[in-house]
Amino acid sequence: MLSEQDIVEVIVTHLRERLPPDTAIGPQSTIMGDLGLDSLAVMNFVMWLEENFDISVPMDRLIEVETVADLARVLHSLGAQKAS
Amino acid sequence: MSILDKFAGIQHAHDALTALGIDPLAVEFDAMTSPCEGVIDGRKVLILGSNNYLGLTYDPAVIDRGVDALRAFGSGTTGSRIANGTYRGHKELELRLAGFFGRRHAMIFSTGYQANLATISTLAGKDDTILIDADSHASIYDACRMGNAQVIRFRHNDPADLAKRLKRLDGQPGEKLIVIEGIYSMLGDRAPVAEIAAVTRAAGATLLADEAHSFGVLGRNGRGAAEEAGVERDVDFVVGTFSKSLGGIGGFCVSDVPGFDILRLVCRPYMFTASLPPAVVACTLAALERIATDPSLRQRLAANAERFYRGLEAAGFALGPQISPIVSVRLSDVSMAAQFWKALLEAGVYVNLALPPATPTSEPLLRTSVTAAHTSAQIDKALGVFADIGTRLGAIGT
Repeated sequence: MLSEQDIVEVIVTHLRERLPPDTAIGPQSTIMGDLGLDSLAVMNFVMWLEENFDISVPMDRLIEVETVADLARVLHSLGAQKAS
Repeated sequence: MSILDKFAGIQHAHDALTALGIDPLAVEFDAMTSPCEGVIDGRKVLILGSNNYLGLTYDPAVIDRGVDALRAFGSGTTGSRIANGTYRGHKELELRLAGFFGRRHAMIFSTGYQANLATISTLAGKDDTILIDADSHASIYDACRMGNAQVIRFRHNDPADLAKRLKRLDGQPGEKLIVIEGIYSMLGDRAPVAEIAAVTRAAGATLLADEAHSFGVLGRNGRGAAEEAGVERDVDFVVGTFSKSLGGIGGFCVSDVPGFDILRLVCRPYMFTASLPPAVVACTLAALERIATDPSLRQRLAANAERFYRGLEAAGFALGPQISPIVSVRLSDVSMAAQFWKALLEAGVYVNLALPPATPTSEPLLRTSVTAAHTSAQIDKALGVFADIGTRLGAIGT
């Protein structure tokens, strides 16, 4: 099972490839605020994470997510397995 | 500080559109002159942005039945079904719907939105899991939020992804409720009902299909996407609306599941709202009779859908993946979509402007829909207007 830190790194790497180059991305970045993802982009991103970590994320678990670190914590608690 | 400050971002986006003279929310129909023509700002417009698929809103029999009921039973019931709101017409409509679908049970609701809200939020309890298609209508998402079940999304129209997610739930107690739509309202694509039904059956799960856009439209008898796919018996609950192909308002759920009527005692959106007005019920009964006895409506609708889809495709527009009464033009950016929508309205063609994040992808859409009432000449006129504006704005031919 991956650590929360491992998961943060996967998230940051993925977002870095897709967001403008000057976007500062770290564990405390807020996903919809600092990183500017809208609700559609967030849901598509979650789909990618589910595929990547071989888990399903129940929608109510996303309510507690604001930052990259929050997201990593939820994915870790759901047993995120592997980074493909 | 205001309690409404949290909506500043949405207000800003709306202000940016209205500053360009574009405000779909401000459109008012001053008059309707037929199921597919109206008057906006004193100008006659061709309507390609309704859900009036069979064009029954002006059917003489529908209107006569409604007027008779209005005179006989009054303007409203003033109460819920569990109090004073059950009239003879409500029970008759439930019987007729059950008969139309060949099901043992039927329940009607005051809107299609409430039909989903009621059934989905009630069927799945706190120990259960709902698996919904990612492109589900807001009423399905809201139903999930209202209930206490765990909610998981699967990739749009992807039975393999659904199967994978069901497998992850192996060993987890509780029922699994799968929710799909017959036709999806933004791009007009159909669910692969047979494949999803097979996955559902293999997992011992329950399948609910919202046939809001496919009832009266698909299938030999107009019973929807499940009928078209030949798997009606595998769908445990069919939900639908009266506000599209039937031209009224209201919603329903039909099923063969034993003990169905307990839902009347536990579905809060059924229990705690006023029942449908008698005139609406009477209009719906007449429209249901019409679609049950006149397959030519569906044939005309299908021919119009194909004519419009093929015409836009030939002109070079990017469209949804399948021919259906919903024909959505996919555009590259919001500014072009907004200008295109405005130019269409100025040219006398009304369509729906759909902007992300309310769309399935980041592409904005000009969502159009045809009806059985459109003539070939009207469809061809609209195609000409689309091609002219598309060329002028660089949406095609570049």
